[in-house]
Amino acid sequence: MPKDHGIGASIKRREDVRFLTGAGNYTDDINIRCQAYVYFLRSDVAHGKLNKVDTSAASKMPGVVRIFTGADFAAVGGIPCGWQVTDRHGEPMKEPAHPVLAQGKVRHVGDPIAAVVADTLEQARDAAEAIELDIQELPAVVNMKAAVQSGSALVHDDIGTNLCYDWGFVEENKAAVDEAIKNAAHVTTLELVNNRLVANPMEPRVCVGDYSRATDDHTLYTTSQNPHVIRLLMGAFVLGIPEHKLRVVAPDVGGGFGTKIFHYAEEAFCTFAAKACNRPVKWTASRSEAFMSDAHGRDHVTKIELALDKDNNFTAIRTETYANMGAYLSTFAPSVPTWLHGTLMAGNYRTPLIYVNVKAVFTNTVPVDAYRGAGRPEATYQIERVVDKAARELGVDPIALRRQNFIKPDQYPYQTPVAVAYDTGNYDATMDKLIEIADLAGFEKRKKASAAKGLLRGLGVNCYIEACGIAPSNLVGQLGARAGLYESATVRVNATGGIVVMTGSHSHGQGHETAFPQVISEMLGIDESMIEIVHGDTSKVPMGMGTYGSRSLAVGGSAMVRATEKILRKAKKIAAHLMEASDGDIEVKDGRFHVAGTDKSVAWGDVTLAAYVPHNYPLEDIEPGLEETAFYDPSNFTYPAGAYACEVELDPETGRVTIERFAAADDFGNVVNPMIVAGQVHGGIAQGVGQALMEGAVYDDNGQLLTGSYMDYAMPRATDVPFYQVDHSCVTPCTHNPLGVKGCGEAGAIGSPPAVVNAVLDALNSGGIKIDHIDMPVSPSRVWAAIQKAKA
Amino acid sequence: MYNFDFVKPKTLAEAAAAMAGDEAQALGGGQTLIPSLKARLASPTTLVSLGGIKEMVGVCTGDDGSTCIGGATTHGAVAKDAAKLYPALAKLAAGIGDPAVRNRGTIGGSLANNDPAACYPSAALASGATIVTNTRKIAADDYFQGMFTTALDAGEIVTEVRFPVPEKAAYIKFEQPASRFALTGVFVAKYKDGVRVAVTGASEGGVFRWKEAEAALSKDFSAKALAGLSASADGMITDLHGTAAYRAHLVGVLTRRAVEAAA
Ligand SMILES: Cc1cc2nc3c(=O)[nH]c(=O)nc-3n(C[C@H](O)[C@H](O)[C@H](O)COP(=O)(O)OP(=O)(O)OC[C@H]3O[C@@H](n4cnc5c(N)ncnc54)[C@H](O)[C@@H]3O)c2cc1C
Repeated sequence: MPKDHGIGASIKRREDVRFLTGAGNYTDDINIRCQAYVYFLRSDVAHGKLNKVDTSAASKMPGVVRIFTGADFAAVGGIPCGWQVTDRHGEPMKEPAHPVLAQGKVRHVGDPIAAVVADTLEQARDAAEAIELDIQELPAVVNMKAAVQSGSALVHDDIGTNLCYDWGFVEENKAAVDEAIKNAAHVTTLELVNNRLVANPMEPRVCVGDYSRATDDHTLYTTSQNPHVIRLLMGAFVLGIPEHKLRVVAPDVGGGFGTKIFHYAEEAFCTFAAKACNRPVKWTASRSEAFMSDAHGRDHVTKIELALDKDNNFTAIRTETYANMGAYLSTFAPSVPTWLHGTLMAGNYRTPLIYVNVKAVFTNTVPVDAYRGAGRPEATYQIERVVDKAARELGVDPIALRRQNFIKPDQYPYQTPVAVAYDTGNYDATMDKLIEIADLAGFEKRKKASAAKGLLRGLGVNCYIEACGIAPSNLVGQLGARAGLYESATVRVNATGGIVVMTGSHSHGQGHETAFPQVISEMLGIDESMIEIVHGDTSKVPMGMGTYGSRSLAVGGSAMVRATEKILRKAKKIAAHLMEASDGDIEVKDGRFHVAGTDKSVAWGDVTLAAYVPHNYPLEDIEPGLEETAFYDPSNFTYPAGAYACEVELDPETGRVTIERFAAADDFGNVVNPMIVAGQVHGGIAQGVGQALMEGAVYDDNGQLLTGSYMDYAMPRATDVPFYQVDHSCVTPCTHNPLGVKGCGEAGAIGSPPAVVNAVLDALNSGGIKIDHIDMPVSPSRVWAAIQKAKA
Repeated sequence: MYNFDFVKPKTLAEAAAAMAGDEAQALGGGQTLIPSLKARLASPTTLVSLGGIKEMVGVCTGDDGSTCIGGATTHGAVAKDAAKLYPALAKLAAGIGDPAVRNRGTIGGSLANNDPAACYPSAALASGATIVTNTRKIAADDYFQGMFTTALDAGEIVTEVRFPVPEKAAYIKFEQPASRFALTGVFVAKYKDGVRVAVTGASEGGVFRWKEAEAALSKDFSAKALAGLSASADGMITDLHGTAAYRAHLVGVLTRRAVEAAA
């Protein structure tokens, strides 16, 4: 029988009751007495010199409290970048200023120029229309390769180049890699684009700034994945407010996908303006604003070469990538194409020599930063596409080629040539499982059935590995992170035995309120209903780093385990005292403390009551109370891995591709709640399918965003994805965290795009239409155009 | 949104009077108009909601056998109530947007707006429908005058649309991946006296009749009859979602599929 509580039980998500009945408390639900509203006047040109911003007429409009421009922020800091990358030549990346409101120049469509605070939003918009602007339009920098040619217009004049950094990894291996490619029996080359995406969480960004004149305390309510990080960055680098005078609250958050990690100008603005206006100030992004101000994701243009020896062993990989940074450096932007991408270029394979070159480029577009998977999908896509192409060129089975080059189970820990060391894994196991759940044996039959309908059926298979559970602080510090990446938890046991856990992880759809109690329930033998999770408020929770990089359970959960272990140690002492036994003899079972080998026991509640009503208590040994805090800093990344298969049907007449089957066999290490894990995989695959077939943010040559709404930005819907076959029974537990967990939040988005594209190309090539590659999104018109070209 | 006055008349006469006011604008289901108000792209002084006018709502059969649809009838109502009378039309209505859009959006609003990618214009043109307004009757062939342009005068209200019922018909929509409007859509209707083929989504000139296909299909209503015919890419739309050549190609494919599906 499946477990009904504790680790491994598919308990329904308790938070869904409030989410699905409209009882959630999102930032936009927070309204403070006397609050004013801000409307941001945003640039409608991509690049221009701000000659004049005249607010005099607008300031006199009805309801206007105050209008702010760049000049009002001259005395405060700019939006900081949280990661410094060092280039091939040992030089730090170029780090241009990022003002809260534009100063001197506008650099992308959507760049905020002025902010009107008024009694109502409509009044603020009316006044914004009365602001007189004189913008001298400049040539827009859009194409990355053109941007780094001399003579290009400059996004930031003061740094004298559009090249943020030119990164080589591992630079010392470059010559050897070049040599290996020169001497290879076969080299497969592929040029591809990892399309720019907009995360599009259901809830757009919102913030409310509040200030108390009585106490000089600031509060910011914001749609964030990591309120402490916002408090640190905004307090220390932008506004100069110490932590104890600044509270940041991220209440229920309706999806983040990475784009709510970063510190945004609107947050600093609302905090600043609340004091300046002495009124709470609220901003709620419209969907149109979200498209032009939320950090975008991906946007890499890559050339990859895979070298093989005469026996089809991989001998080297060389890549050159142009990575779009957009107009300013968003919080973690520099890390995404480098440390989150280059270090994963070994994939699941024993390729001994790897060299990754990344040129990060400024353009007049919205800043680009982490989006579900962040760097790892880009790495996976390149590797798994080039391996597939190599198999086709060599006429070998793509699964066999992969297996032949897998890192084998007896090779762990496996030191890759790109810095990271995988602790554990078993890629043949997940591939075997995939073949079973995807029913690859039945593929040929299904292919015939498709053919009878005039449709081409294709099968795409790929593997993936990712590094998550980020991250060892000392390591990321060496790599340029300007923050630590530990996590914290306080476990507060109340007198009558109930528990409140204050976690630095933040839940914005992941189900922590359900899964975290399962872990404690397993450890203490008490019911989940006795455990409550508190997160998202810097005034309640110890300093935490938040949720991204599939780190919550692996890092935040580990901190909670460590704190609970401390609780257990102390509780055992109390229990021993109550039963006049020695600590070492106390065992915990089913919520009771037993003296081993006797029938003596006390209940959990007896112990917790004793801790707070210490009448009969070892006061000379231990303090009263039962509350413990732990910070956990991981010693390595975790390495979830797996194998994915996608089956598509392709209509050769129209180019339309439909996903008929999708299977995912993942190794996430130990699994706490299989239902939640399956949900994370489903959502990730939907986003990966979206990237592969539909989504793509497109700018024209003038830097206008052509996909500024859902009329042109294609989001996948339920009817675009099939019922998935997912499995996470192939478990190699993580070797270095107490739960043996690896993280599952990003896998679906990382592993699925190559499966889809490989399937499309299989459908075409096996149908006699020879096509090497089609860039994502593989839209009907692109497929049709590729077919026409192949036929010509 | 800018401020506006809102009226909800109960009769057509009251509505016509309200529409005579300066910068008054009809409000059907608001599925197109409300987003443009929110984006401050329109600034009517008065919105005249048509949803309360009973005579403008509903589906019935006219004396001449045509299917008559009130100008304020929602897509959802057409999908349900025209299912027996004119199945291809009902199916088209059932494929517009999503349930929320269908339960609000109206046929009058769709035809007045004449979005070049909208579905209804192809049905009206292929059926040789009559667009009835508060002042006159307009033949579909005269009504559509290019994208977002119609024969309607300022303040004129579409009160009813009369569709002669064909022997066989089908609408095939190839969805634009983002908006799910028609990237290209083809409505084929076979009448006793000939076949009409109307194409939406494809042309810079809005909905149009593909006369060559009509001639061929009028002689022989079969997919074979279309062999060798292709629509010209001249004047077709090129955008992010497809080139003119792609759309021209789709016109041929979808016309054939519509003929095959016609019932
Ligand atoms: C998400 C979404 C998806 C959609 N998908 C599709 C689709 O797949 N296919 C498709 O065809 N359409 C689609 N639409 C458009 C939808 O069909 C709208 O209902 C339609 O375009 C406008 O109808 P309405 O009643 O909402 O008109 P409104 O928005 O109220 O008005 C539109 C215009 O028509 C005028 N008007 C309204 N009624 C009348 C009348 N009776 N007489 C004269 N003028 C009038 C208004 O003044 C205004 O100028 C979609 C819309 C949305 C929001």
